[in-house]
Amino acid sequence: MDQFAVKVFVRLRPSVLDPAGEATKSASIKLGAEGIKSLRIGKMIEVKIEGNSENEVREKIDLLCDRLFANTVIEDYEYSLEKL
Amino acid sequence: MDNFTVGVVVFPGSNCDRDVSWALEGCLDIRTKYLWHESSDLSDVDAIVLPGGFSYGDYLRCGAIARFSPLINALDEFVKSGKRVLGICNGFQILTESGFLPGALVANKNLNFICDDVELDIVSSKGGWFNNGDEKQTIKLPIAHGEGRYHCDSDTLKKLVDNELISLRYKNNPNGSSFDIAGITNEKGNVLGLMPHPERACDETIGGTDGLFTLKSLILK
Repeated sequence: MDQFAVKVFVRLRPSVLDPAGEATKSASIKLGAEGIKSLRIGKMIEVKIEGNSENEVREKIDLLCDRLFANTVIEDYEYSLEKL
Repeated sequence: MDNFTVGVVVFPGSNCDRDVSWALEGCLDIRTKYLWHESSDLSDVDAIVLPGGFSYGDYLRCGAIARFSPLINALDEFVKSGKRVLGICNGFQILTESGFLPGALVANKNLNFICDDVELDIVSSKGGWFNNGDEKQTIKLPIAHGEGRYHCDSDTLKKLVDNELISLRYKNNPNGSSFDIAGITNEKGNVLGLMPHPERACDETIGGTDGLFTLKSLILK
């Protein structure tokens, strides 16, 4: 069995208003940062997982992302995978 | 009221379960039974309430973890059999997360946790959950949520409107919900999810009785 490190990024879909991102953007500007055009907050989930092949692990992660990590009504996801 | 029994689901983090039970038993003389979320035996209840609260600490997303409990798994057959399910606040979030109702509930537009009484228009008679006879087209119920902004895509919204699945709309939208939506039903009408708390408006001494009708309608067949 190989071990894989997976980083899943979950983001609100562009059509969904992100009030927390807006508030953070506003605070960033108050801090003096200039030029911020957009700021949106998502989640990053780190998973270590065992599997016989990368494909097998990808299938499991796809299921987890689609059914649990993200709510695809409001969120998109993508992930990177690295064999350890 | 015969042997009709309403199951009140208790998740770790539910905090309106006793309010719902009190309102049903004390105000309406309807028998209730607490159902622990790990139970999947729904054979001795005739209707189910998913109460408000913070199931599983609202981890990941509100209602996201509760969706995987044995009880919610068993709910599919219960709903298909036509029995009635009422999801209040966190219960509504669980119903959308688990796909019994379309759309999702996200953080309020102004990021505030809003605890207030709101005026609501009754817009559909689907499922008979609200009294939209001649006199009562508007009701007042309490809300208490930080993530109650209803969101859905435009196709879903059109379907909700065309099929009269929107039960309640805010008169003065407090949280930024799409189309002022406060509550919706499934197509059959036997599942209602709403952000306002009818169980907190069942006695004149604590803020009105506009919630009684909805709780009482749990016993409709």
